[in-house]
Amino acid sequence: MVETGHFALVLALTLALVQSVVPLYGARVGDTRLMQIGGTAAVTGFALTLLSFAALTVAYAQSDFSVANVWENSHSAKPMLFKITGVWGNHEGSMLLWVLILNFFGALVAAFGANLPPTLRANVLAVQGWIGTAFLLFILATSNPFLRLSPAPFEGQDLNPILQDIGLAIHPPLLYLGYVGFSISFSFAVAALIEGRIDAAWARWVRPWTLAAWIFLTGGIAMGSYWAYYELGWGGFWFWDPVENASFMPWLAGTALLHSAIVMEKRSALKIWTLLLAIMTFSLSLLGTFLVRSGVLTSVHAFATDPSRGIFILCILIVFIGGSLALFAFRASSLTQGGIFQPISREGALVLNNLFLTTATATVLIGTLYPLLVEAISGDKISVGAPFFNLTFGAVMLPLLLVVPFGPLLAWKRGDAFAAAQRLMTAAGAALFAMICTMIIVDGETVLAAVGIGLAVWLIIGALTDLALKAGLGSVDANVLWRRLRGLPRSVFGTTLAHLGLGVTTLGLVGALSFQTEAILVMKPKQVVEVAGNTIRFEGLRPFRGPNFTEDQGIFTLLNEAAAPAAEIVSAKRFYPVRQMPTTEAGIKTLWFSQLYISLGDETGDGAAVVRIWYKPMVTLIWLGAVVMMAGGTASLMDRRLRVGAPARRKPGKTAAAT
Amino acid sequence: MTRKQKRLSVIFGALAFLGAATSLTFYALGQKASYFYLPNELQAANLQPGQRIRLGGLIEKGTIVRGQGTDVAFGVTNAGSSVKVFYTGILPDLFREEQGVITEGSFEPDGTFKADSVLAKHDENYMPRELADSLKDKGVWQETTQ
Repeated sequence: MVETGHFALVLALTLALVQSVVPLYGARVGDTRLMQIGGTAAVTGFALTLLSFAALTVAYAQSDFSVANVWENSHSAKPMLFKITGVWGNHEGSMLLWVLILNFFGALVAAFGANLPPTLRANVLAVQGWIGTAFLLFILATSNPFLRLSPAPFEGQDLNPILQDIGLAIHPPLLYLGYVGFSISFSFAVAALIEGRIDAAWARWVRPWTLAAWIFLTGGIAMGSYWAYYELGWGGFWFWDPVENASFMPWLAGTALLHSAIVMEKRSALKIWTLLLAIMTFSLSLLGTFLVRSGVLTSVHAFATDPSRGIFILCILIVFIGGSLALFAFRASSLTQGGIFQPISREGALVLNNLFLTTATATVLIGTLYPLLVEAISGDKISVGAPFFNLTFGAVMLPLLLVVPFGPLLAWKRGDAFAAAQRLMTAAGAALFAMICTMIIVDGETVLAAVGIGLAVWLIIGALTDLALKAGLGSVDANVLWRRLRGLPRSVFGTTLAHLGLGVTTLGLVGALSFQTEAILVMKPKQVVEVAGNTIRFEGLRPFRGPNFTEDQGIFTLLNEAAAPAAEIVSAKRFYPVRQMPTTEAGIKTLWFSQLYISLGDETGDGAAVVRIWYKPMVTLIWLGAVVMMAGGTASLMDRRLRVGAPARRKPGKTAAAT
Repeated sequence: MTRKQKRLSVIFGALAFLGAATSLTFYALGQKASYFYLPNELQAANLQPGQRIRLGGLIEKGTIVRGQGTDVAFGVTNAGSSVKVFYTGILPDLFREEQGVITEGSFEPDGTFKADSVLAKHDENYMPRELADSLKDKGVWQETTQ
């Protein structure tokens, strides 16, 4: 079975080579049969990669320690779920997942791209083939998961305990679906450059792929953030760790791409810029892969390091980014420019959005790469952390959040900022009211936090205002309103939900950062402590034995107003004997949108322990906001205009504005 | 305004914004980036009190002293030099004697080092890279056997 997997992977590489060359040549000479080979190769290549991935999964499920990769990262006592998720809990397996998802997207283009112009489809598949070839070569040459060990060891070395969590089942696949998904926008961009032709229909084909990738990436980042929050035991949800930044940069650039593609689709403008963004977004995904997988940085994400891998990925990076940018430089000037517009207009607002988002991406990029650069040049070791990013990224994003509600209210071509401002009076009033309430009720000192709350309310009500106005609130009666609401294009709901989600996340960030209460103390059994109005009693420590770990559990009881037990919270220090490694399992109790977070420190004798308790108001909104954004993306994806199979090529200049 | 003037004003606006963002970024890099030092490099570095740095090394054997509540003091050492570090809070899971550690904080005017964060190894194979490199250079590093 393992050899079958290995063999299938080699076959997938040869197919990827065919896919890289044949359809491209076919498109050149106009041979339909040669072009169609691309689709067949993409689908078969995906099937082979899937077979290869299945073979590795079976080896993990059966704890076949004759496979070096399984031996290094698994253990027979590990629960089945973690045996399977352990397949991508290591360098080799995660690269295999990367290629599997790449080929999955390639197969989707082949399957659903029947209505694309044949040459565009052939070129897109060829570019996908190039990426596939590079990464399959990388796996087979430097990171082969199918190598055997002889004699086979009796027991495995277990998976890093931090990764033995349900988060590993969700976070990496979602994240990869996201940033590998951007390869499709990249391939479309490069294919357009090869053909030297681009129009509004191109944007309509690319947008669903970009949207889908963006939805997954949003989910992947949010899941990773929540995982770090509950697993690391510090209660932090974002660390500006280079590895987090690596996934955040494609998200920022991808968000910009989504917005500029709207302009291109509706108004035929910003073509060249959209192409460049599509290339940059996937380049940032590649850069992320390089940063995480090359061992340049150390973190829980960078598994064992091996210099040859770093150099290989660096070569892939240079070839793809350099090559696509060179192609862009040669061809961009030959593309026609589209419609013109006034600075104050929907297009203008979207350009502003792009200006801010790309600048924000650049600040994150500089902060992430600067330490590597300084070390390479002078040998000094420096670290760039939260203080840098809060200052620069924060300064760029704050004004963007302020202008978000204006965008959807401006008309295409020539908008009226004053009229938009008038319509946003309700939102502004609500924001001001929320600010004053925060100052009076909570704390008069925290001006900054009150401004943050106001900003969040401004975003939320602003997003709803757009929806309400489009449905005709205030001018028609409830019956008509409902009918009109249902008749609105799905993409209108998409915009509203995505912007609303942004507001919800902002609210969560402000709540958790500005209003959290923290208590660090040594607690004896039966001792009671009050944290932000919650009464918590420490019941004592209790040993516990899991399948492949032992635990010291601290039992806490949340008391209600009558001093009766309302809920039990278990916080533990866990120890994994195989890797000789302790982890902290935080005890978390969700109260509405807020959370009590209890982290257990060292035992100090006679049953007492160091305890750290946080009350984090509204903290879950950070991730719920991301879920709302994903819902917005999904709604927009289901818009009739973008439904797979629907778009037909229209003559340039006749693109109707649907909204 | 003519169309040309309008276009120019938009371009200048965008450039001004980019310029502001760039200068802010460089200002922040100068102010907020913290340098990494080992105990034996501190003498030559001549640091001002309050300047944020990262201080790394091995946790000196027999120097971990727990005070009131969650106060803790420990020595960070390399190549014969040692610095006493004060910290309040919960120590990371892998905080042990003679293990690698990175602390971030600044020197007080009285010469003691007050850390506001302490990082230890993530797992047996992982050590913050700048620390591993420095220790390897000085020959103190021992590869963990697998």
